Formats: sequence, C-alpha cells, structure tokens
Amino acid sequence: MRFISRLLPIFAPHTPHPTPHTSHLTPAMSYYEPTDLPKFGSISEYQPELAAKFFDWYGAVFAEGALTQREKSLIALAVAHAVQCPYCIDAYTTDSLQKGATEQMMMEAVHVAAAIRGGASMVHGVQMMNKVREVSM
Amino acid sequence: MSLATTSLLRRGAALSDTAEQLRVLRDHEGVSHLPQFATVLRQHGHAPLRARSLTTLQVNVGKMCNQACKHCHVDAGPDRQEIMTRPTMQNCLDAVDAAGFSVVDLTGGAPEMNPEFRWFVEELSRRGVQVIVRCNLTIIVANPKYHDLPQFFAAHGVHVVSSLPFYDASHTDRQRGGGVFDDSIRALRMLNEVGYGREGTGLIIDLVYNPLGALLPGPQASLEKEFKRNLMQHHGVEFNALHCITNMPISRFLEFLMNSGNYERYMATLVGAFNPSAVENVMCRDMISVGWDGKLFDCDFNQMLDLPVASSARHIADFTAEALMGRAIVIDRHCFGCTAGAGSSCGGQIA
Repeated sequence: MRFISRLLPIFAPHTPHPTPHTSHLTPAMSYYEPTDLPKFGSISEYQPELAAKFFDWYGAVFAEGALTQREKSLIALAVAHAVQCPYCIDAYTTDSLQKGATEQMMMEAVHVAAAIRGGASMVHGVQMMNKVREVSM
Repeated sequence: MSLATTSLLRRGAALSDTAEQLRVLRDHEGVSHLPQFATVLRQHGHAPLRARSLTTLQVNVGKMCNQACKHCHVDAGPDRQEIMTRPTMQNCLDAVDAAGFSVVDLTGGAPEMNPEFRWFVEELSRRGVQVIVRCNLTIIVANPKYHDLPQFFAAHGVHVVSSLPFYDASHTDRQRGGGVFDDSIRALRMLNEVGYGREGTGLIIDLVYNPLGALLPGPQASLEKEFKRNLMQHHGVEFNALHCITNMPISRFLEFLMNSGNYERYMATLVGAFNPSAVENVMCRDMISVGWDGKLFDCDFNQMLDLPVASSARHIADFTAEALMGRAIVIDRHCFGCTAGAGSSCGGQIA
C-alpha cells in the first residue's frame, strides 16, 4: 500500500483511525465511509491478479504523458463529479491542489462536468421533438 | 504589506515551547498508531542514519523577519530579537577554514536584517565558498537600505533561493501576508535587472514552492513549468529552478494542522508516503546547521525543535570535522516530512 499510495493519490491515507470491522451496516455507518478510501488496495484480497492489473494500469493512466498530471487530475475531478463518487471527489480535490491547480480551475472543471450532464439531457430534446413531429398532424 | 500572523512566542501559545511540539509529535493520541521514524528506517535497512559528508554549513543568522508567514517553522517575525553576533559568525568562518565546506547556506528569519550580514557574506565570498542566501524577496523592497541587495548579491555571486508559494497574489498573500506577492514580483524584477535568472550570467535565483495547506507538494518539474510560464506571461520575470518543499509539522505549521483538524491526517499522509529512496539523499547527511546562538544541529528543523546534534561538539566554537563526521543523525517523527513522496530538502525534491 505504501508503494501504491506514492503512485496513486486516491490511496493517500485519509484518516489514521481504521473503522472496526463490521459485517453489516449499522445505524452509525453510512454507505460511504471516508475511512474506506485508504482501504481501496484491499480489493486485491478477493482477486489479486485482476487487482494488480487494475492498479498498474491506473498508475500508468495518471503518469505524465501527452496530458500533464495536472490536466489528468482535473479531468478526474470533473469525472468524479459526473459519477458523483465521494471517494474520488476527496481524492482528486487533494490531488488537484497538490498538482498546482487553483480553486478557479477546479470549479471550472466541475462546471464542465455539469455542462455535459445538463447538455446530455438537453440534446435529447431533439429526440423528443422528432417524436412530437412523428406523431403529430 | 501586512503580516499573515504573529509569532507563537508573542502570543504565548503552548506550541512556542519546543517540549510541547515534541509531545504532540511523539505522544498525541491521534498519531499513537503511527510508527516511529526509527522503526521505519530499520525496516528499510537505513538505521542508524549517519552523516556522510560536511558539504554544507547552514547558518541561521536570526529569527528576525519582516514577514510572519502562517507556515513558518522558525516562528520568525518582526518581534523576534534573536540574531547571531559577529563572534559567532567568526566561529563559523573558522569552521569553514578548518573543514572546507563548499556551500554556506544562510537562512533566518530574513538573514539580511542581521546587521553583520554583509560582512559575513563578504568574508565567506573571500574564502571562495558558494554562498546561498534564503531571501524572502520582500526584504529587498522593505526599506531603502535594502534596495541594493541585488547588486550586493551579484557582486558576491550569491545563489539566491526565495520562497514564492504560488504564481498569483491571492494564494501567496494568504500564506505570507497581504501585499507579499506584489512586493516579491518587484524584488524579482530588480534581481532580473542585475542578471539573476538570465541565461549566461551565472547568477542563480531559485524559487521555493510549498503547498498552501495540509497537502504534499506536487511534481517539481511540471510545477516549475507552470511557474515559469505564468510568471513570464503575467509579470515578465524569470528564475532558474523551482524547489518543491514539504511543509514540516513544526511550529506555526504544526499550529495550523492542530487548529484546522488536519494534524492526524497529515501525519498519516507523510508516513504513508514514506519513500525509502528519498532517505539516501536527506539533507542532514551532508550538512551541519548552526543556530543563531552557535549551537549545532543536524538540520534547521531539528534546530527549531531544539534537538541538538549527537556529538561531543555541540557549539560552533567547539567545531571539529572529526567530532561530526559519521555521527548518528538525531531523528523523530517530523523526519517523515523529508522522506514523503518525492522527498524534500532545502534544495527541493530528492528522489
């Protein structure tokens, strides 16, 4: 995990207190626990080979390439908002700041995510209009 | 220019006592589950950590500063009176003569505020050592008596290293005080005018980036590109290299961590990001740090925690290379700050 946490910002330890193991959801526990984020690596326990491939690939995806690490982090932040993943929002808010992104850049990335989500609904308006024209006299 | 904060000492804060800082680092319940630095070093075969050379003599010439940054590990500020006297500087010069340090790194506070600063630099320069001055930039424009510092630095080939936590005013001023960014840009222009940061002059001005909060610094190379592009495009200023430095959980940054509820998470992040390959090049292995009163330490951070060097020579007046070469470095939990991620030193990333 230490090696992974250097490569992948999403695995950065998030809280020092491990949540006690419980086999079921208790009233005090929500579906999203911040303490679960640093345990991401534990998914390998049930399927190590596939997890290893996933984490290798994940690390390679976020390495500096034709896109900078900062650009990739901002894309990840936008996607995190589009898929509404609280873990990813935590992880890529921190990571974007660490990569030197400003608050303004980060909010613009969220607007991009929102615009695509909104636009995805709006563009279906054309489908609605097509159907209206099809069935109308 | 307005101050970002005041010193812990002036406020009578509990953390102004180094014993309290060490208690928080060692025994705070929020970090009790985290390993000790010595344990992790042993696990990776690096214990005990030993000095390997006496390349750099880092001299803290005083805690007096015209700024009071929120993250300052020195707890420096305009109210701090502790400054090095000429006899102690002479002891440093004697050590340079005796041990052949190739670099003397002057820090503070604002080192230029020490009345003996120019004499000390001239004496060092005469000895042919590379002099680094950790200049906060704003001192250059703070008072007419400092306006000629760029010429003075150039005349002695001083390598200037200056903090600028971001390439815009709002982020910089939040950490360092109102108006600091604009004054820093004015000072950078004055340094550029005498040749600093310009190709072919051999005059080096490096900038230091440190994160604006409980975060690790990002990748140095890509941040350097952003700093260069933005500072040139918007302000027409040039510099040589960007050093990324991790904020150490000491003094005022420790206070920020505690007050903002980030302490436990930040320490866990530093420990979790331990990078064994950074240990090889931690700066304490190649330097000695001298306090304003002449006491010796392994680094500026140990100095601010009052953790003296483990040697028979504990004062610069008693300096001998034999007493300090190969010594075991004094370590504690704050050392995770220098080994996290890409590592951190006064020269930036080390891994």
